[in-house]
Amino acid sequence: MSIEQREARQPWILLAPALTAIIMLLIVPLIFIVVYSFWLKSAAGADTPGFFLDNWQEALTDPFYRDILLNTLKIAAFTTIACALLGYPAAYFIARSQGNKVVLLVLLMLPFWISYIIRTMSWINILGVSGALNSALIWLGIINEPIQMLYNETTVILGLVHFLLPFMVLNIFVSLDGIDTNLEDAASSLGATRWQGFLQVTLPLSLPGLAAGGLLCFVLSAGTYITPVILGGPRDAMFANLVYEAIIRQLNWPLGSALSLLLLVVLGVLVIIYNRYLGMAQLAKGLG
Amino acid sequence: MGWRLIRVYTILVYLFMFLPIAVVVLLSFNANQFGSFPMTGLSTRWFEVLWNNDAIMRAFRTSIVLGLMTAVISTVLGVLASLALVRYQIPGRNMITTLLIAPILVPEVVLAVALLLFLNFLNIGKSFTLLLAGHVIFTLPFVILVVQARLVSIRRDVEEAALSLGASPMQTFLTITLPQLMPAVAAGGLFAFTISFDDITGTLFWKPGGIETVPTQIFSMLRNSISPEINALGTVIIVLTVGLPLIGAALARKLATKSGR
Repeated sequence: MSIEQREARQPWILLAPALTAIIMLLIVPLIFIVVYSFWLKSAAGADTPGFFLDNWQEALTDPFYRDILLNTLKIAAFTTIACALLGYPAAYFIARSQGNKVVLLVLLMLPFWISYIIRTMSWINILGVSGALNSALIWLGIINEPIQMLYNETTVILGLVHFLLPFMVLNIFVSLDGIDTNLEDAASSLGATRWQGFLQVTLPLSLPGLAAGGLLCFVLSAGTYITPVILGGPRDAMFANLVYEAIIRQLNWPLGSALSLLLLVVLGVLVIIYNRYLGMAQLAKGLG
Repeated sequence: MGWRLIRVYTILVYLFMFLPIAVVVLLSFNANQFGSFPMTGLSTRWFEVLWNNDAIMRAFRTSIVLGLMTAVISTVLGVLASLALVRYQIPGRNMITTLLIAPILVPEVVLAVALLLFLNFLNIGKSFTLLLAGHVIFTLPFVILVVQARLVSIRRDVEEAALSLGASPMQTFLTITLPQLMPAVAAGGLFAFTISFDDITGTLFWKPGGIETVPTQIFSMLRNSISPEINALGTVIIVLTVGLPLIGAALARKLATKSGR
């Protein structure tokens, strides 16, 4: 074999293990559940292979699934908006502050390392019947009996915001940090107020970061099922909870396949729209 | 005036992020037997209870073994793939990169279902093997992103000099590239370990009955109610997960200064 041929083969040898893993453990399984979603659950024994539309019909027409899907998208949207409102000013502060930028960023990254389930359950300590807030209110004499503040849609959103806010801040920070501050100075020297300069120069330039953070928050919150179990009530199930129910509890794998694919398609459409207009490069920047 | 407002707002955002975590740590030292407010005094009894809880200790061992194996496999696969992507001209590079980071783009529940059903079809049921395969798949993209970012900044000409002086590609990799890449390898491995240690979404789908990792153990304990024991466990995890990366970063810096950078 010539040296050129060996040179040409080398990268593929290096890539082979990772590519094989991704293809065998992600791509093929995804294709497999597409096939599986057309199978039929048998009352006993193995599921029946074939081409049945029953699962898709159930997933797409049952109002129960539709309502929960819409509710999931609503929760994800509220979470994303709350993250943007909380995150933008904080990101702006970090990007424009003098000197202690690194410390602020490291502090912001710390929760990334702290367990998701610990952060989620920590709200029970705050909002629970014997939690910090109730105890404080009773001690202050504002209420006599503890109020149940947990286990509703608001606390689910609260938990999700707490989990996802660092993603948002980081993405906005990355794009704010890349803006030449001379542009704002130029705007103000041309007679714009600080606020006008922000609205017409800085904000539009930082939109890619806001969009990348928004996409991450939306997709990650729409796919969650732990937060609603810990912080939500019995009626606050999200779509991923249905998938879990179907697969793990009812062992209805064909239906579970259809439901997971439905979630994948809905969120995939969002990612494709995002990619079409903004591209994946911005997202990679925020993740790296 | 406006700047002052933003500063106060930012402080409130940071408080929102850290206050609940601080309360976990505070309550884990609570002497009160229900582990709730009002606190009646400080005590380390919940850490003793924790230490003597066999189920939790088993979960810890499982999580650590799983995390270490995931980190080793993901890092090896990730470093090799990153080398190919950064150091060679290959056709379809963008496509391959997208494919390699695809596990981040697919919601974890969907990934979990697909892997469970497919491997079950191949007669690999819920098992430690399935858990390991799943953890490798969704930590791999993070390792690749970290290592690639570092590799881009390592200068090519030193490698070329070594090659032109007669070193084999393998020797060049081991003596020139790898030492410079070590911080990224360490960071990637640590990243993989932490993500694996922390995972619950996929783990709940893949774990066989009877095996618990730390997060699934906490999850099943939460079913009853929040106990001071869980807060103590939370404190241990917070110390470990914040302490480990800090030690890792310090080590990486030390390694970097040793290699003269």
